[in-house]
Amino acid sequence: MRVTITVNGTVESHDVEPRTLLVHYLREAVGLTGTNVGCDTTSCGACTVLMGGESVKSCTVLAAQADGADVTTIEGLARPDGRLHPVQQAFREHHGLQCGFCTPGMVMAITSLLRENPAPTERDVRLGLEGNLCRCTGYHNIVAAALAASADPESRS
Amino acid sequence: MSILGNRVVRREDPKFLSVGGTYVADLDLPGALHLVFVRSSMAHARLASIDTSAAEAAPGVVAVFTHHDLGLAPMETVVGMTPEAMTQPILAAGTVRYVGEPIAALVAETREAAVDAAELVVVDYEPLAAVVDPRVARRDETILFPDAGTNTALTLDMGRDEAMFDGCEVRVQQVIVNQRVAPCPLEVRSAAAFVTPEGRVEFRSSTQAPHGVRDTLARALALEPDDVHVISPDVGGGFGAKATVYTEDIVVGWCARHLGRPVRWTETRSESMLGLGHGRGQVQTATIGGSRDGTITAFDLAVLQDCGAYPGMGTVLPFMTRTMVSGVYTIPKAECSFESVVTNTTPTTAYRGAGRPEAAAAIERMVDIFAAEIGMDPAEVRRRNLIASDAFPYTTPVGTVYDVGEYRRTLDIALDVAGYDELRTEQRRRRDAGDPRQLGVGLSCYVEITNGIPEGEYGSVEVRPDGTVVVRTGTSPHGQGHVTAWSMLVAEQLGVPIEDIEVIHGDTDVVPRGVGTFGSRSLQAGGNAVNQAAIDVVEKAKDIAADLFEAAREDIVLDKSRGVFHVVGTPALARGWAELATAAVAAGGNPLLAEVDLASPGPTFPFGTHLAVVEVDTETGHVTLVRHVAVDDAGRIVNPLLAEGQVHGGVAQGVAQALLEEVVYDGDGNPLTANLADYSFISAAELPSFETLFTETPTPVNPLGAKGIGESGTIGATPAVHNAVVDALAHLGVRHVDMPATPERVWNAIRDAAERKGA
Ligand code: FES
Ligand code: FES
Repeated sequence: MRVTITVNGTVESHDVEPRTLLVHYLREAVGLTGTNVGCDTTSCGACTVLMGGESVKSCTVLAAQADGADVTTIEGLARPDGRLHPVQQAFREHHGLQCGFCTPGMVMAITSLLRENPAPTERDVRLGLEGNLCRCTGYHNIVAAALAASADPESRS
Repeated sequence: MSILGNRVVRREDPKFLSVGGTYVADLDLPGALHLVFVRSSMAHARLASIDTSAAEAAPGVVAVFTHHDLGLAPMETVVGMTPEAMTQPILAAGTVRYVGEPIAALVAETREAAVDAAELVVVDYEPLAAVVDPRVARRDETILFPDAGTNTALTLDMGRDEAMFDGCEVRVQQVIVNQRVAPCPLEVRSAAAFVTPEGRVEFRSSTQAPHGVRDTLARALALEPDDVHVISPDVGGGFGAKATVYTEDIVVGWCARHLGRPVRWTETRSESMLGLGHGRGQVQTATIGGSRDGTITAFDLAVLQDCGAYPGMGTVLPFMTRTMVSGVYTIPKAECSFESVVTNTTPTTAYRGAGRPEAAAAIERMVDIFAAEIGMDPAEVRRRNLIASDAFPYTTPVGTVYDVGEYRRTLDIALDVAGYDELRTEQRRRRDAGDPRQLGVGLSCYVEITNGIPEGEYGSVEVRPDGTVVVRTGTSPHGQGHVTAWSMLVAEQLGVPIEDIEVIHGDTDVVPRGVGTFGSRSLQAGGNAVNQAAIDVVEKAKDIAADLFEAAREDIVLDKSRGVFHVVGTPALARGWAELATAAVAAGGNPLLAEVDLASPGPTFPFGTHLAVVEVDTETGHVTLVRHVAVDDAGRIVNPLLAEGQVHGGVAQGVAQALLEEVVYDGDGNPLTANLADYSFISAAELPSFETLFTETPTPVNPLGAKGIGESGTIGATPAVHNAVVDALAHLGVRHVDMPATPERVWNAIRDAAERKGA
């Protein structure tokens, strides 16, 4: 079946099997491998992307369900002039990543979280990230990065 | 001003943050076939038959292989210590010994086709009795390897000194389960292979040790190391479990050669929970003795190590436990014996700390039990028994020689930062009030060993004619930030900006030799190698500069603030690195390069004190970690940002073991935690932010004065949190709760204590 999705502002149209997951559509059909797969039980959040501006775990969405939608992945988050998004920038400044495998999903999840709650407490951030697992950072610097980014008004965009 | 010791943000990050890393599964391999393994669904069974015909006929399937098709020798023993009769065959040979053991390899044009066809492989099992608990396995009632005649893979018995506890006023014994946990790097195992027209095997692996993969794979496939080229691209975490080669890796390499096409394999998380080695898995019988004034005089630890089905790295880790058995204390008599036995479970391997967290858990739990027994504050008991800072180098009763330590200092800082006295006051208040939310304070004074299996490391520094620098390192980072840290070391010696320094790792053609990244060895071994290469390249540059300036060599100075050489007294006449590198090439055709094969600088012994504060809901058994203070001493800190990151990650994993995580099997060897929905992988919601501090006591063992920092978090945090949970319940009569301190366990411990009191 043919599925058309606007990915990072570009209209992508590909033939896929009906069972194809959005994450595989992004990685294999579109060729954007920034979005990772870390589990097979919807537990880790490594695959988190924005769909219609809200975060979704792209391993639980069929590509067909995303037909016609607007999807943003880590590759599409930076500003058109190449400047990093405030969440990306905060991750760097606060050493919010080590191996980097959880990072695209974490950054997308926090971006969505800050749009919904522009001034979260530490507890809000921790509860909001419950579905995004990281094995390297102990979450300490990820939470610090999220809180720092929330102070930047641009992080809502 | 020195760049070392500064919070330099990572040079690695922009790529990860903008387009994501390039992991093995991200590699573009045109025409690659997809390999999927058919795995055992039984813990222990004879394989009566394996029918692959339907799978072979399925659409898209290229081939299905079982053990006999491969004709490969079994996996090697671990450093020659584990029995030949217990080595793992490449694909199960007649018998399966754990759920998840690979039985057949199926190769298809697409991943979907491979997954679908794998369902069609029919395995006829003849079930055998399964042994899950090492305490049962050691009885040899059901034997996993009839040729071995026993389930015991390795023992170390130094002969018990029966008199060691003579004269002790107090003697307490406790059986402590250091439970099996899953390492869970966020990237699962993944490998890919293809053969070049020249017949060379190109191998891509999510590994911590690419050169080890090259050599092991070459031996397994009867090739020369030069016939194999391994690249580890970005690696999504390893934690020890990716330091060794797995049977699946060898099958990937074999299939690529046999089929003449690229082959790729990425396991699912559910496979990874069964296939990637597990960590820990010790049953410890610990005995502590001393006097009522708080002096500890004897400690004995008998370890029963669970090897899982095939003795691997986990089998030999009790050597590390033994090395660190007496911890930070001046205990005159201490001993550790062990027995490692096979069970019908996933093989155990190194996991962050690898044998040392088990040692720290045992001694630190027992010090608390001893303190409770004599009614003394656990901080005071520790203070009375710590090795004094003027006693180094210090030789322990088992012969370990500690380099340097300021143990008392980290304890004092931790108590001070945490506000220990106030915490105890608040604890008393809650106890007196009968508050359902009780407070617990847990301490752990630890010492550990890094670069414990002393190996050297390769490092080189080359200055290119354009003045940029390329560093090659035998370490293989997967999140540790070596690109940033090694750049800092070289910038410091050469006086060039870190932006002009490229660091190459993880490619066995470009980096000729290497050991890898595990055991918290990288800065000590690899960092010192790179540092020495940088020093050497400066010396070589001075030779060239002396020629160019027609001056005496000893008059040449490097002005690091400008990155230029000049003759002493005439700084205006200076030549930069580009000129010298160009001159080097012009003179002899050789690049301006220094290579170092650093002999092992020997192990070091990082130490510290962790203090955990927990709240325990005595009505539900639920434990909340409220604060965690970590005071660590890893010697000289090159980059505090990176060092803290290492502590954070390790602490989280330590807390996870203390409170949440456990790999569980039922009595038939069926895994009950075989995916991330069932395994309690710790999340952000279950943790506080941490309070991390460092003291810096440089080690005399290596020129940088650096010790390892990668594993101190799990070593220090686990017992601190564990002790805090028991401390919260001490007044209720609870003396010990095994890890993980789940609500059910805690609640049961409270109830049992109440019943004992009532009885
Ligand atoms: S891969 Fe989607 S939640 Fe884990
Ligand atoms: S940085 Fe490695 S899993 Fe988060």
